[in-house]
Amino acid sequence: MNGAKPMTSAALSRREFLNATANLGGGLVLALTLPRAAGKARAASVATGGAVGAAASAAIPPSGVLQPGSQINAWLKIARDNSITVIVDRCEMGQGVYTALPMLLAEELEINLDVIRIEAAPVGDAYINPGNGGQVTGTSNSVQDAWEKLRLAGATARTLLVSAAAKRWGIDPAQCHAKNGSVVNAQGKALTYGELADDAAKEPVPKHVKLKPKGKFAIIGKSRGRIDSPGKIDGSAEFGLDVKLPGMLYAALAQSPVLGGTLKSVDSAAAEKMPGVRKVLTTAGGVIVVADHYWQALKARKALALTWDSGANARLDNAVIGTLLENTAAAGAGLSAKSVGDAAAALKSAQHSASATYLLPLLAHATMEPMNCTADVRADGCDLYVGTQVQQVAQTTAATAAGLKPEQVRVFTTLIGGGFGRRLDIDFIPAAVEASKAVGAPVKVIWTREDDMTHDTYRPPAREEVRGGVDESGKVIAWQLHITSPSITARMFPPVTGVDDSVIEAAVNNLYDVPNLSVSYSRQEIGIDVGYLRSVSHAPNCFVIESFMDELAAAAGKNPYDFRMAHLANKPRQRRVLQMTAERAGWGKAPAGRYQGIALMEAYMTHLAQVAEISIEAGELKVHKIVCVVDCGQMVNPRIVESQIESGIVFGLSAALWGEITLAGGQVQQTNFNNYRVLRGNEMPELDVHLLDSDETPGGIGEPSVALVAPAICNAIFAATGTRLRALPIGTQKLVKA
Amino acid sequence: MTAITVNNQLVNIDAASDTPLLWVLRDHLGLTGTKFGCGMALCGACTVHIDGAATRSCVLPLSAVEGKSITTIEGLSKDRSHAVQQAWLEIDVPQCGYCQSGQIMSAAALLKTNPRPSDADIDAAMSGNICRCGTYRRIRRAIHRAAELMPSGGQTDGPAVGQMGGHGGGPIGGRAQGQIGGQTVRQIGENK
Repeated sequence: MNGAKPMTSAALSRREFLNATANLGGGLVLALTLPRAAGKARAASVATGGAVGAAASAAIPPSGVLQPGSQINAWLKIARDNSITVIVDRCEMGQGVYTALPMLLAEELEINLDVIRIEAAPVGDAYINPGNGGQVTGTSNSVQDAWEKLRLAGATARTLLVSAAAKRWGIDPAQCHAKNGSVVNAQGKALTYGELADDAAKEPVPKHVKLKPKGKFAIIGKSRGRIDSPGKIDGSAEFGLDVKLPGMLYAALAQSPVLGGTLKSVDSAAAEKMPGVRKVLTTAGGVIVVADHYWQALKARKALALTWDSGANARLDNAVIGTLLENTAAAGAGLSAKSVGDAAAALKSAQHSASATYLLPLLAHATMEPMNCTADVRADGCDLYVGTQVQQVAQTTAATAAGLKPEQVRVFTTLIGGGFGRRLDIDFIPAAVEASKAVGAPVKVIWTREDDMTHDTYRPPAREEVRGGVDESGKVIAWQLHITSPSITARMFPPVTGVDDSVIEAAVNNLYDVPNLSVSYSRQEIGIDVGYLRSVSHAPNCFVIESFMDELAAAAGKNPYDFRMAHLANKPRQRRVLQMTAERAGWGKAPAGRYQGIALMEAYMTHLAQVAEISIEAGELKVHKIVCVVDCGQMVNPRIVESQIESGIVFGLSAALWGEITLAGGQVQQTNFNNYRVLRGNEMPELDVHLLDSDETPGGIGEPSVALVAPAICNAIFAATGTRLRALPIGTQKLVKA
Repeated sequence: MTAITVNNQLVNIDAASDTPLLWVLRDHLGLTGTKFGCGMALCGACTVHIDGAATRSCVLPLSAVEGKSITTIEGLSKDRSHAVQQAWLEIDVPQCGYCQSGQIMSAAALLKTNPRPSDADIDAAMSGNICRCGTYRRIRRAIHRAAELMPSGGQTDGPAVGQMGGHGGGPIGGRAQGQIGGQTVRQIGENK
């Protein structure tokens, strides 16, 4: 999940893969297939590349009439009744793709957004995200991926409709233009897209279409309401938890309390006699109780007499994990991830030097919607209704659990009540499939909050040892960073040979001018599954880099802002966000009793900086304000960008202040929101998010702002107390003058 | 059988008396707008109105609501016309949206008793509703906006008799919306 490269026009110029086909029910279906090689070419460089191996081999639909149900690769459907459906290939989990991606298409198609219906894409090669190497929603790159692709799709469809209209009128297409869902001509005649759709499907797909320049955008770059909002304010939006199928049963899953443990014995006699219970079955994942209603399943689960074999994790706790990381870190520098100059030699010649060890905790995703999945397994196939960020992997997982071929599994992606990377995992899928197969009816498996909190795939802990040296002029001349941590990618998308890219984000692209830099990585597994969490390793690594920049500034006797600026020669975007943030925050002019900390980063092709303003009274931290200035390149919908930046800050606040999963005897000790604290509305600091106008390629906005909160606050704590916090969360630590 | 009134309809529920109202609404009545978040009244995703007061339905057994009048997000208005819903749309509050039914129900209950809440009032009334997407700032703005939209002060709660179930009109998820289902549903005043 490292920062994706920008989508190049080269990959998108292969427009011979655009197909316009007649829909069997009438109308136009526009399909677009990127060659698979494009996906593979990038797979090697991204963490999620392994997903390619799970890709379904959907054929490019031949031109001509599609069979019902075979609209694989479709992006757009225009029906005779003028309804316009945009197929969205990324899942909607709050980040706004169900609005931003259709806006791109609508810009060129010349339609009003209000007429658009959204459909979640099925599994299909066309929906592979080249930046992620699979049909994956992640890495904050949905808009980057869609930026040209969906505008091309819209422009192509518009060209077909205009051609069809011109033919109908017997005039040159140049005398017609598209406007608000119709084609109009100089005489003022108009034909709606619905009236033209059948004919448009027979027109040859144009070899070249022209995209509007930025100055002509009528939709892109304008704030507007989200397409998915109405359903989310009246209760009609359908999340995975809300899926309802005829004859559907509900299930609860009993899993080993010790992570990685296995079932030793189960006595289900009492449970099976309880009201509504249909079946109790034992699977590799645990014991599944299927009942008519969920409450019945939950009650019967409590009645199971279960014994577990704790296995290798029986004694696992945080001290054990800490020792594992410490010993491995001490055993050697590990694999080189980046080496520029000679950091070791430069350290020796430094005027000022510092060294520090930073510790990052395990974190839970704690999405509002607990994990759930609904499966309907029949002899000839399986329908899967699931909030997933990985449709292909979901498909193959369900196929394996059902004993079917992947192409026999249809994946219906629901709205997602919070992803944050949790739904890149598929551990909540097999039980639904196994249960449905066993009872011969659709089954929805729902995890309780306690199931969810104690069986997450946690953000991995990390131990990061860093040394730096500054010369007599105040310039950083040496930087050595050694990261010791488990590898998420090695579990989820193996094999990983060498350094796991998802561990060293930001560290290897250190944005400061440092002539002698070395970054290395030692992999140390901890016996439990770890997963990608929003901003992935940007959060731990930016915490370390931005805290340690402050440490070096202090060692050199420099102001943290000036010190950063002095290391950003020829980096105009970075300088601009840093300067604007300092200006808006009144850097250096905090009111009496308030203290400021600053932090800067670049991730997902987005540049941003934050200033946190805090006070400490009687050892109690209060975060008063966070200012964040963002340059994310061109924006599709600034209102969504702003909400995502805010969202990331709130997410980062929860993690920085309180986020920590602890283990005792291999069991997670946090179970619910009473002991895994997350930020509430009454705890919100003042936020000032400012978005900069830019002509650059769109950058990601869902994840980056998470990562700056902890370093900005900890730098402010240092300013207030002289105490440097090198471990998170802040919550449990004493904040007093050093 | 336990008789309860949901969104102005009298319904008889065939479920164990300890079944939390949340699961009665969701599994028995198909009113899936009310969400499951924690099961311990910690997050507010399951907030409904019981006789007008915001209440967490996930820990409230069916036996405790016999004879009570329950309003869910589906019953707040039939056409998203409640001032809180209007303000939520205008400010574009939702992100993932999962917690928003609960947020809206808490906000609507607040405005009914306090038509012009201060920021501190909002903090106090809304602190039981978690949003992991962090929409808190927009929630606060939207509550102030809703207060402006309802000059009489929170009087738009309580729908006309006979409107029930999903609106089905949202542009997302046109498939199988949870309509209130089953023969046990009867309109009040009809077929007594």
